[in-house]
Amino acid sequence: MKVRVLIRLKPGVLDPQGRAVHHALEGLGFAGVADVRVGRLIELEVADGTDHAALTEMCEKLLANTVIENFTIETEGGK
Amino acid sequence: MAFPANGFRAAVITFPGSNCDRDMAVALEAASGQSAIRVWHGDADLPERLDLVALPGGFSYGDYLRSGAMAAMSPIMRAVVAAAERGVPVLGVCNGFQVLTEARLLPGALMRNAGQRFICRTVPLTVENTDSLFTRGFARGETLRIPVAHHDGNYYADADTLDRLEGEGRVAFRYAENCNGSARDIAGVLSANGRVLGMMPHPERAIEPAAVASLGGADGRRLFENILSALASA
Repeated sequence: MKVRVLIRLKPGVLDPQGRAVHHALEGLGFAGVADVRVGRLIELEVADGTDHAALTEMCEKLLANTVIENFTIETEGGK
Repeated sequence: MAFPANGFRAAVITFPGSNCDRDMAVALEAASGQSAIRVWHGDADLPERLDLVALPGGFSYGDYLRSGAMAAMSPIMRAVVAAAERGVPVLGVCNGFQVLTEARLLPGALMRNAGQRFICRTVPLTVENTDSLFTRGFARGETLRIPVAHHDGNYYADADTLDRLEGEGRVAFRYAENCNGSARDIAGVLSANGRVLGMMPHPERAIEPAAVASLGGADGRRLFENILSALASA
């Protein structure tokens, strides 16, 4: 089964990378972009039936740094 | 400096991508007169009777995922965490600091520099803590000149954590001029028991006598000498 883990900086954590991308978009002439935040997408292929608790543990132990990042787990065919 | 009969035993951990491990060993040897023990990341155990574990700078695992994240999961880090919990002093410099936060031995995280650029220059640091074994030979408020060389040195912790660190005297050093966006100018932090220090600046790159200040000066050497004298008098 395919799993997508979306990792985002927590609200309130400054994102210098997002800010630089934002400036670059403005430099290219794209108007109306209010904010840019850069995150990370990790795709996993795991055994069917892998439970959500195990996926959560993977995120908390390694895939995300919960000091600065939130994560959401999307499994194929629903959450 | 003289050290008790059994000698000073320091281990320097090398991860794939460490590049300051030799410098760290040289600095420890210069301060102690004893060879540092080199330990590979894949080892499951540390040598016995260690006086210090040093995690060096570099780009362990190519900074994959996050700086220090993969190294924090390596076999040797389980042993380092266990040693720290027994009270063995641990020093993490630059990538070593990142590894210590990822291993949760120190609070907070090191994010991309606010200016997006890699910074490599000698910076002034203000000494905040003079109680720990790493810092007790410094004067509070003293300025040290130590090189930084990092892309991810922007210290972050939530406000409650920062208040706690400051309240408990666990900010070891601050940048006299904030070069990377670090919260409250923090350049180095201590664990609750004061025996784990993580810092972005590289003391091991500042161990030469003042006569060769172009090689980084000697302020970093004093940090290693502090460790030696603190342990010798313990």
